[in-house]
Amino acid sequence: MSSLIEHPHPKERRIIFENAGKSDYTPDIENYLAHGGYVEARKAFTMTPEAIVNEVKASNLRGRGGAAFPTGVKWGFIRRDDGKPHYLCVNGDESEPGTFKDRYILHRDPHQLLEGMIITCYALNIHLAYIYVRCEYTHAKEIMEKAIQEARDRGFLGKNIFGMGFDLDIYFHEGAGAYICGEETSLLESLEGKRPYPRIKPPYFPAVLGLYMAPTIVNNVETICHVKHILRLGSAEYAAMGTTGDGGTRVLCVSGDVMKPGPYELAVGSVTLGELIFDICGGLRPGRSLKAIIPGGSSSKVLRANEIFKIKSKADDGTVIDKEVPLLDMVMDAANLAAAGSMIGSAGVIVMDDSRNMLWALNNLNQFYAHESCGQCTPCREGVLWMSKLSTRMIAEGAQESDSISLHNIADHIAGQTVCAFGEAASWPTQSFIDKFPEEFGAQIAHQ
Amino acid sequence: MDQRAHNTIEQPSSHGELLSHDDVLGSTLSQAERITSELLDKVEEAITHYPVSKRSAALPLLHLWQNHFGFIDESGVEWIAAKLDLNSISILELITFYPWFRQKAPGKTIIRVCRTLSCALAGSYEIHEKFCKSTGIDPTCEGHHGIPTSPDAKFSVEFVECLASCGSAPVCLVNKDLVERVSLQDVEDIIKKNS
Repeated sequence: MSSLIEHPHPKERRIIFENAGKSDYTPDIENYLAHGGYVEARKAFTMTPEAIVNEVKASNLRGRGGAAFPTGVKWGFIRRDDGKPHYLCVNGDESEPGTFKDRYILHRDPHQLLEGMIITCYALNIHLAYIYVRCEYTHAKEIMEKAIQEARDRGFLGKNIFGMGFDLDIYFHEGAGAYICGEETSLLESLEGKRPYPRIKPPYFPAVLGLYMAPTIVNNVETICHVKHILRLGSAEYAAMGTTGDGGTRVLCVSGDVMKPGPYELAVGSVTLGELIFDICGGLRPGRSLKAIIPGGSSSKVLRANEIFKIKSKADDGTVIDKEVPLLDMVMDAANLAAAGSMIGSAGVIVMDDSRNMLWALNNLNQFYAHESCGQCTPCREGVLWMSKLSTRMIAEGAQESDSISLHNIADHIAGQTVCAFGEAASWPTQSFIDKFPEEFGAQIAHQ
Repeated sequence: MDQRAHNTIEQPSSHGELLSHDDVLGSTLSQAERITSELLDKVEEAITHYPVSKRSAALPLLHLWQNHFGFIDESGVEWIAAKLDLNSISILELITFYPWFRQKAPGKTIIRVCRTLSCALAGSYEIHEKFCKSTGIDPTCEGHHGIPTSPDAKFSVEFVECLASCGSAPVCLVNKDLVERVSLQDVEDIIKKNS
């Protein structure tokens, strides 16, 4: 786990990784307490639950797992006093290709996650919580379960925690190698011991009919850790670090053809894609030029190096104008990437230089989705396999324009036709790779 | 077969998993008949984590079973199902869905090479090919919910999807340990060390 470097880049602002980044930091509770651990959990019990939810709303924290949904709004769906049991499921499945941030929290700073969970559970009247983690994190179970036991021994978990009359049990739950379990309703099915076929929304919104058909909050590991820091800094200071409606810091995971790949924690909206790649990540390999960027995990639409985007922005006199923004000048946040037709997703940035073949790269992703489709919905189960076979054949036999039309057509008939967002996730790479790099898919016309 | 015969019952592997092979000469007992009190204790403890529904313990029990025996045989499916008051199919359908679970004995050292984009860009296909060639594994021959295994049963090698360590690509898991920035030289070293 060596890609999280000890000395942060000057542009970084480490909150979540403040401790995890230190090579001499150990995951035991004594060390965590020596670093200000559990101060905010104690503080939370001096606040009303409503006040905590309001703080999280005011912080403009957005989910860090992929959907960027405002966390406070999600929490607002839970009615504390509806007489039903409520559950918290922390999503540590971290399976989106290109994403590798939660692994550092789970392995190096487990108590930060537990503290965030304690605050969350108190705020939402939750007494039973699970941490769902992919089993490929082979040491995470041991580390997290040791941390849970330490917290239990100190009276921070179990009955009457912190002596405040509140009960909370947290358990660690291992997945078994399926990407789909990162989808929140699939995760719940998996946690219930079933095949993880996603549930349809409506009616199965987790906040209404979640785990065991009770109101449930599913939040990403990093998201839950931010809650502690919102209480520590106050929502105003936390929100001010980010942009309008998107507060705090977030970890951007950069991989692929850059000199210094790794996870970088930055204030939201504080860098452009150009600064991220050429300044923070040390640029490309010598003699190479940029070809493509997948900005938010493999499912987000690919962006081409020379693209210029029209992004709405406010002029000095307050009128909204279309501003032309070249790719590398684009600010790396949810709003701008959405305006560019892609998404920040899980912030897994995969960089490809001019030595790369886009058909080959797409085929790699198509094989991924073909392997990971859960098989519940026909368009996805059949379609992703067709796409994978077709792009494999295009590599073997040469790409014809008719192939790329078929490939695009299949993708168009998966997106929007499935129970969960996997349909879109699997289609967007094919659609965007062909649209952005038609000359590599047998098209006769040059890219406009 | 001869090689495996020397691996008489339950030999601890380097990562503490107990591996055994049903087809070992002289071992005709099913996994359920060889269950230990230590495994039983772990099973009972795991079930307590799910006070609302025992069925939730299905995955944890499958993990415990596979960690203990190396894979899950038919008796294991039936035993776990009975333990959780389920039909056998409710357990079997999990094993056939989740890539982590197997119904065939693996080699002593299990190598999982990440196949997905960032690792592929960094050379994971060459890494996987070298692992297979050096161990004599046919990567296309995985059988039914098994894992490609070398003729001497010392190694299993498989491609897996994103291991979420893209910043230090290419990566692989050697039993429980993540190896980062794997080079072709590392492949040789890993094989030598585990032979």
